[in-house]
Amino acid sequence: MVRIVADTEACASSGMCALTAPEYFDQDDEDGRVVLLADEAEDCDGEVADAVRLCPAGALRLES
Amino acid sequence: MSTPADAAVSTGDIPYGIPLERDHPFDPPAAVMALHRGSEMRRMRYYPEGRLGWLVTSHRLARKVLADTRFSSTLGGPAQVPIPMPGVEAYLDFEGDFPLTPGMFIEMDPPDHTRLRRKLTGVFTVKRMKQLEPRIAEHVNERLDALAAGPRPADLVREFAVPVPAMMICELLGVPYGQRERFEADARAIFTTDETGEGKQRAMLNLFAFIGELVAAKRADPTDDLLSDLAADADLTDEEVAGMAILLLVAGHETTAKMLALGTMALLENRDQWDLLRERPELMAGGVEELLRYLTIIHTGLIRQVKEDFEFEGHQIKAREYVTVYVQTANRDEAHFIEPEKLDVTGDAKGHLTFGHGVHQCLGQQLARMEMRIAFAGLIERFPGLRLAVPAAEVPLVTGQSFYGVAELPVTW
Ligand code: HEM
Ligand code: HEM
Ligand code: SF4
Repeated sequence: MVRIVADTEACASSGMCALTAPEYFDQDDEDGRVVLLADEAEDCDGEVADAVRLCPAGALRLES
Repeated sequence: MSTPADAAVSTGDIPYGIPLERDHPFDPPAAVMALHRGSEMRRMRYYPEGRLGWLVTSHRLARKVLADTRFSSTLGGPAQVPIPMPGVEAYLDFEGDFPLTPGMFIEMDPPDHTRLRRKLTGVFTVKRMKQLEPRIAEHVNERLDALAAGPRPADLVREFAVPVPAMMICELLGVPYGQRERFEADARAIFTTDETGEGKQRAMLNLFAFIGELVAAKRADPTDDLLSDLAADADLTDEEVAGMAILLLVAGHETTAKMLALGTMALLENRDQWDLLRERPELMAGGVEELLRYLTIIHTGLIRQVKEDFEFEGHQIKAREYVTVYVQTANRDEAHFIEPEKLDVTGDAKGHLTFGHGVHQCLGQQLARMEMRIAFAGLIERFPGLRLAVPAAEVPLVTGQSFYGVAELPVTW
């Protein structure tokens, strides 16, 4: 398993994570910033890895 | 070998501006592709007087520059541009930074940018756009009904591509669509590269006057829309509210419209792709991403200004130099995409940079995605036999604006 870490200060509310891996990421109703729906994922989960890579603000990280 | 005419275009191997001449309506200019093959980051001279700056063409470096706020979005003075623009000379004697237009956070850096953008981000989330889906579908169906009832051939730009996103952004903001003749021409003028200076300033003043009136009205008598919410926010000045509203109005008008029309033309010219989307509607979400990547309607690239000296990728970058991130070639970069020169709605377009990258990445992208999915799906379903009413070579292209597209798309069925 890998831990999903989100930096809400850096988040630009693009929605790329919620679009790409909706089981793991949602957005705050007020300001659209990332809300984690799970803080762990399988190592090989491609959707989560895509979301992290696509985040325009560098706000997402995976930690093993 | 070089003639005086050549010399004006290039000085040694340093290009003077971006050569935007295209051989094919859907492909990036061959001359820029050639520059990209030579080097992913190079010196380029800027108009009007040939000052040195940079041109970035690869996917890797485009991402890197756009994610790094040392490449500032405040363009400041004196303005330099990668293509000749009449009127830009007027800015040459300008000392210091241009005054920022209140509320225009697209040309601000953090923390100013962050403060204003976060006032809007709650409205443009993936979830909120899903809730808008039925409303977008109503607008799309209304336009499709009108198209079906009208004469053939029809201009898809005027009858479909422009009104669908315009109605939607007006409704979100609370700007009466019925008064569009008061702002549409000005909204378009903002994106024109054939004119800087006076014409744009006049357009901007008109827009501020029009929206300013509306803001005052919404404050006195709030309705259920974004403009009323912004007007009620004690943390924002009237000018900021107006600037933010104008930014959204302008952005919501011309961008998605360009994609809908050029996207339709690309699908009609690649009929197998049109048929694929017709037979397998579940491909639409990926198909929209692929159209965004393949067509990359950002014509002139994204421009940044360096605020301090620093080293970047082995280059010495100097304060006040301009950098053009040419997203067109980045989206055709073989180091990132498989067979990027082909339009393939089943392909993987993830990571395309058509909405930009970094903290300025398009605020309206989830709205634009939803509009495009519903609009293309509706069009294909209602008019499966749609075709161009003129040879493709006769479709007039728009090349004098920040966003690329077609001026008219005569279609029949
Ligand atoms: C297919 C349609 C669209 C495309 C290709 C597009 C493209 C872009 C790009 C490339 C940027 C970044 C500019 C930069 O980094 O300098 C941007 C920013 C922006 N877009 Fe869009 N856009 C589209 C639709 C929309 C719509 C429909 C809206 C309005 C709701 C919108 C609102 C904005 C705003 C407000 C910004 C500024 C964001 C910021 O600076 O933080 N866009 N767009
Ligand atoms: C009302 C709001 C806006 C104003 C006043 C405005 C103004 C301008 C001006 C004056 C230029 C010419 C470049 C220059 O003189 O330096 C320009 C270029 C451009 N604008 Fe805007 N713009 C607005 C909104 C937007 C939005 C929302 C987007 C993205 C969706 C956008 C994307 C671009 C692009 C891609 C260029 C060409 C390259 C660049 O300067 O980055 N603009 N804009
Ligand atoms: S992709 Fe990044 S910037 Fe966008 S909402 Fe998610 S965490 Fe925030």
